[in-house]
Amino acid sequence: MKAILTLDNLASGLVTTIWTPVFVAIFLAIIAYALWPRNKAAFDEAAHLPLREE
Amino acid sequence: MWFLAPCSFERESAMPQPSISKSMTAGESGLAVVFAVTAFLCVIASAKALDTAFAFHAALSAAASVAVVFGIVNRYFDRPAELPPAEINGRPNYNMGPIKFTAVMAMFWGIAGFLVGLIIASQLAWPALNFDLPWTSFGRLRPLHTSAVIFAFGGNVLIGTSLYVVQKSCRVRLAGDLAPWFVVIGYNFFILVAGTGYLLGVTQSKEYAEPEWYADLWLTIVWVVYLLVFLATIIKRKEPHIFVANWFYLAFIVTIAVLHLGNNPALPVSVFGSKSYVAWGGIQDAMFQWWYGHNAVGFFLTAGFLAIMYYFIPKRADRPIYSYRLSIIHFWALIFLYIWAGPHHLHYTALPDWTQTLGMTFSIMLWMPSWGGMINGLMTLSGAWDKLRTDPVLRMLVVSVAFYGMSTFEGPMMSIKVVNSLSHYTDWTIGHVHSGALGWVGFVSFGALYCLVPWVWNRKGLYSLKLVNWHFWIATLGIVLYISAMWVSGILQGLMWRAYTSLGFLEYSFIESVEAMHPFYIIRAAGGGLFLIGALIMAYNLWMTVRVGEQEVQMPVALQPAE
Repeated sequence: MKAILTLDNLASGLVTTIWTPVFVAIFLAIIAYALWPRNKAAFDEAAHLPLREE
Repeated sequence: MWFLAPCSFERESAMPQPSISKSMTAGESGLAVVFAVTAFLCVIASAKALDTAFAFHAALSAAASVAVVFGIVNRYFDRPAELPPAEINGRPNYNMGPIKFTAVMAMFWGIAGFLVGLIIASQLAWPALNFDLPWTSFGRLRPLHTSAVIFAFGGNVLIGTSLYVVQKSCRVRLAGDLAPWFVVIGYNFFILVAGTGYLLGVTQSKEYAEPEWYADLWLTIVWVVYLLVFLATIIKRKEPHIFVANWFYLAFIVTIAVLHLGNNPALPVSVFGSKSYVAWGGIQDAMFQWWYGHNAVGFFLTAGFLAIMYYFIPKRADRPIYSYRLSIIHFWALIFLYIWAGPHHLHYTALPDWTQTLGMTFSIMLWMPSWGGMINGLMTLSGAWDKLRTDPVLRMLVVSVAFYGMSTFEGPMMSIKVVNSLSHYTDWTIGHVHSGALGWVGFVSFGALYCLVPWVWNRKGLYSLKLVNWHFWIATLGIVLYISAMWVSGILQGLMWRAYTSLGFLEYSFIESVEAMHPFYIIRAAGGGLFLIGALIMAYNLWMTVRVGEQEVQMPVALQPAE
């Protein structure tokens, strides 16, 4: 059945082969964003958000 | 209801009204018409019902629909011509009415749920307490207990705190006029239909997803409106950054919608009857069920309450979040990992072996985000540890995070297949669930309610911190009795079931293992009883806070909106 090129086979083949690296890449990008030195000040400010509301 | 809007009614009549012509909003007239039609349809459904439970629920829905129409019209006549403004004097005019409603309902359902828990715990120790009646049998009361504590108590706490936190951290009034009321009342009506259904024997027999098709459909509508209210509030926010608690709440709302839709496709036997059959059978159904079941733990009982942790602990301790960067990593790690952990509920079943191992692996990986989050919550107290001595509310919040760490250590350990071969189907599982449910979810909810009630009712503080202290210690003692009894009982049970004689026969009959449980069931019931007593103390304390608590002065009370 795999040999038949249907949208279903194509999609499931693509998804099962590439979702792991794609998810890992997305997750690594999120970690980079969280730890990026230039973002530190903004995050430190956000940590105070509950304390500075009216 | 005076407790929802203690001072709005007198004020309205006293204040001169601006002379604008008053008319119903599209939402008011639209909803009134929809519910009038619903009432009519429900009367027909009740008359044509195939079973008494369905007839009862249709009649209940008809009565509720009529009450809603009456409520909408009544509210229209009572309210000023203009709807409450989004801002007053440049400050957000927060909408607290629906939050007050959920706080009251959470306390009510909490006590009901803990009480039913105590009853079924006592039934296990003394089976005569089943009374040989169908409505009071363990099989019907057990889902009533789990739904009442998880969805009714926990759900009201989550909806209420989320509607509070999203307004405060976005600095904007809640989106919608009737929509937030639709969410909180509609959700509690779902609980009423589900709970009375269990007592009447209506169930689709899926753990934590017992309500039948019509209750599921109603919950879907309510939940979508909840998502829209939450999203619309975030979209019109005045604060550019979306605070991390809102991310957790949003993950909770979106994932619960997906889980609910994924696990509940069913075909009713008749549109006039309560019975339905799920779309798939066998192991597919089992896998779907535990994909749902474990993510209900992950996104209802964890993500939502972590949102509470990230807002209420900094607020109560008056300290910033320990590491905001860690909170972002915590969030995404939890999202990426939790969704795969479900198969650990199906070890050594017909589920393919690789799927079981996959579930186990992801469960073990969950140690990292769980403990990262726990450390982040605990370390938020840096520089404020002394407050634990003087503030029992903060102590409750912090102990809840400690229980979170403990039960999220235990869970992955139990998901390991060799450990599971001993623990599965034993009381150890019950003990594990309750260290999370009583210690983590229960205590973080209590802490949040102790903060929330004075805030939304504009009180200076709680009626009595001493009573909070009593609640804390009585409930903690109850939890310790509960979980230690279940550990001993569970491991004993597991070891008895797998014991063989030298000739290869099973050493114990099943009933001998049941007999051995008896003393632990009594200890467990005692622990549950203490937990219930703590909650009763809390209800009294919150009641007195609202009734006699001193008003907070700096808030411009006269400018409060009519709820």
